[in-house]
Amino acid sequence: MSRIARRFEQRRAEGRKALVTYITGGDPGPDATVPIMHRMVAAGADILEIGMPFSDPMADGPVVQAACDRALAGGTGITGVLEMIRAFRREDQDTPVVLMGYLNPIEQAGYLDFARAAAAAGVDGVLTVDLPPEESDELGSALAAHDLDPIWLIAPTTSAARIRAICEQGRGFVYYVSLKGVTGVASLDFDSIQTRVQAIREATQLPVGVGFGVKDGVAAGQVGQLADAVVVGSAIVSRIAAHADEPAALLDAVGDIVGELRAGLDGTSVEMAP
Amino acid sequence: MSNVIHAIETAPDFAHYPDTTGHFGPYGGRFVPELLIAPLEELSAAYERYRNDPEFQARLDSDLKYYVGRPTPLYYAERWSNRVGGARIYLKREDLDHTGAHKINNTMGQALLARHMGKERIVAETGAGQHGVATAAVCARLGMECIVYMGAEDVRRQSVNVYRMRLMGAKVVPVDSGTRTLKDALNEAFRDWAANVDDTFYIIGTVAGPHPYPEMVRDFQAVIGRETREQCLEEHGRLPDALVACVGGGSNAIGMFHPFLADTDVAIHGVEAGGDGVATGRHAAPLSAGRPGVLHGNRTYLMENDDGQIMPTHSVSAGLDYPGVGPEHAWLKDTGRVIYAAVDDDEALAGFHTLTRTEGIIPALETAHAIAYAERLAAGMRPDQMIVVNCSGRGDKDINTVAEVEGMEP
Repeated sequence: MSRIARRFEQRRAEGRKALVTYITGGDPGPDATVPIMHRMVAAGADILEIGMPFSDPMADGPVVQAACDRALAGGTGITGVLEMIRAFRREDQDTPVVLMGYLNPIEQAGYLDFARAAAAAGVDGVLTVDLPPEESDELGSALAAHDLDPIWLIAPTTSAARIRAICEQGRGFVYYVSLKGVTGVASLDFDSIQTRVQAIREATQLPVGVGFGVKDGVAAGQVGQLADAVVVGSAIVSRIAAHADEPAALLDAVGDIVGELRAGLDGTSVEMAP
Repeated sequence: MSNVIHAIETAPDFAHYPDTTGHFGPYGGRFVPELLIAPLEELSAAYERYRNDPEFQARLDSDLKYYVGRPTPLYYAERWSNRVGGARIYLKREDLDHTGAHKINNTMGQALLARHMGKERIVAETGAGQHGVATAAVCARLGMECIVYMGAEDVRRQSVNVYRMRLMGAKVVPVDSGTRTLKDALNEAFRDWAANVDDTFYIIGTVAGPHPYPEMVRDFQAVIGRETREQCLEEHGRLPDALVACVGGGSNAIGMFHPFLADTDVAIHGVEAGGDGVATGRHAAPLSAGRPGVLHGNRTYLMENDDGQIMPTHSVSAGLDYPGVGPEHAWLKDTGRVIYAAVDDDEALAGFHTLTRTEGIIPALETAHAIAYAERLAAGMRPDQMIVVNCSGRGDKDINTVAEVEGMEP
């Protein structure tokens, strides 16, 4: 069983929901990431999603684009991110790590070389934002050859037939993007999330994570009622941006927001299972 | 990617590309976030329906004739040709299209398609501002809302076009992210479309982006090549020996080239922006000095570093200042059907002055790259041979840039 599957099983057994937290690797600098990863775990994150910086992150809003720019300015690319994960794994062998990024840097690294290096560094899953299933045969085989879970996005615009096709290829969990738009903007529509998550559950046994637009503990609690996991990115990355020059305050700010999200999520779980 | 570059053993039938999934050989495709898949499928279905709809085509033809001003002349640049002393050089006068460039052939088609799809909010990206102006014009004419994303650096160097767009009622949004040029404007336009897919149509200005854009934009621009072919046959009884066009994203070039691809006696030349010189790395010539990768929804040649990050580009011409190129050009390069070369800033500026002085035609700086290359090409050919250059846009928008580069007051 993969680390991701094991973590979802543990949370399910406890009647709790999983918290997935995103940061961009190398933001605000190359030395910051490993301590932030540990602090997020200590504050209650279940799965860490680490962004591989890209110069043109067209699915992300201004917050993540700025994080990519800071990371790239500090010289972090795929190799650097994998080094950070290897360092994290020396102290934490349990927390699943998912890489999130755009296809071009992976393609330049070479699919098989990338998958081999990611698996060796201790990565568990890979989410490629701009790679639809129709174009994914080659990368999919490379990931499978190294037991890496392909994580797929499902959008509000995804048809029922397509949801089934995507879920058939998915492992680990599927990630429902709860908003039209890009990361970090606008507000949530809980009714529509509920309908769509139900449609996904009819297509798959995989856990369903919901993300895009969760900003605080209250929203995390509400979304947690509808899904198996809540994914939070921009709310954390914006704390990192606000404290980019103060490493200690940065870690505290990240710890605070992840703690708030965890509390919001667990509050819901207690209500749900009295 | 092991399969990106294949050896081509027999010439493909170029008329049948892209395939049904939007691929030109290994290039093209649809590399977008899941959210945009459904809108792209909707667009493909609508385009398939209306491209074969006689009523839609009749409306488009009428607009191209009475609003855009087609057909444009095929003009013999006699004084310039005589000065060069080689082949006869003809200009396909797309600079005479309404709004001053070929861009409106495409925006007219896409805006009509948007209206037929019931989408009344238009977003567009622009580099030099020509596509933005052409989009603003058709939106004003059709009474549609128009938002144009433009890199902050381009807003600065193309202020006249910014003002033109605003006069026609478009909202121009300067983009401060990344390199603040065309690629960043594309990122922002995609983001807007993703946030507003229900009521919004994204009019891409070049033959790049996810399927069906490279095919659709090519088809709307192919009127250039079809007219050129007819004019050559009617007025000269023969096809030209060579075609020349500048290539940024490559829409004017593919529009000129596509109807001639099966005419193997016609040599075809695409001219990229060499910037400070391809050897310096400060250029915008991905076909000349880049390699295949994935950006903005398609696989194509890109300017990128070893980590797969997109590199900043440089060109004196904002419209060519883009690190990618349409996927069909990538395919035409690999198959050898089209020859691609680069012309640097200095040569392009010389071409700008040559055409202005010898013919009284001020070309856009983008077009000036094709002019400079055509002069080189013509000099090595015979006077009984014939070159057609796509004079893709007029240069009024560039006179401040030229004056600034040359240290003069305009």
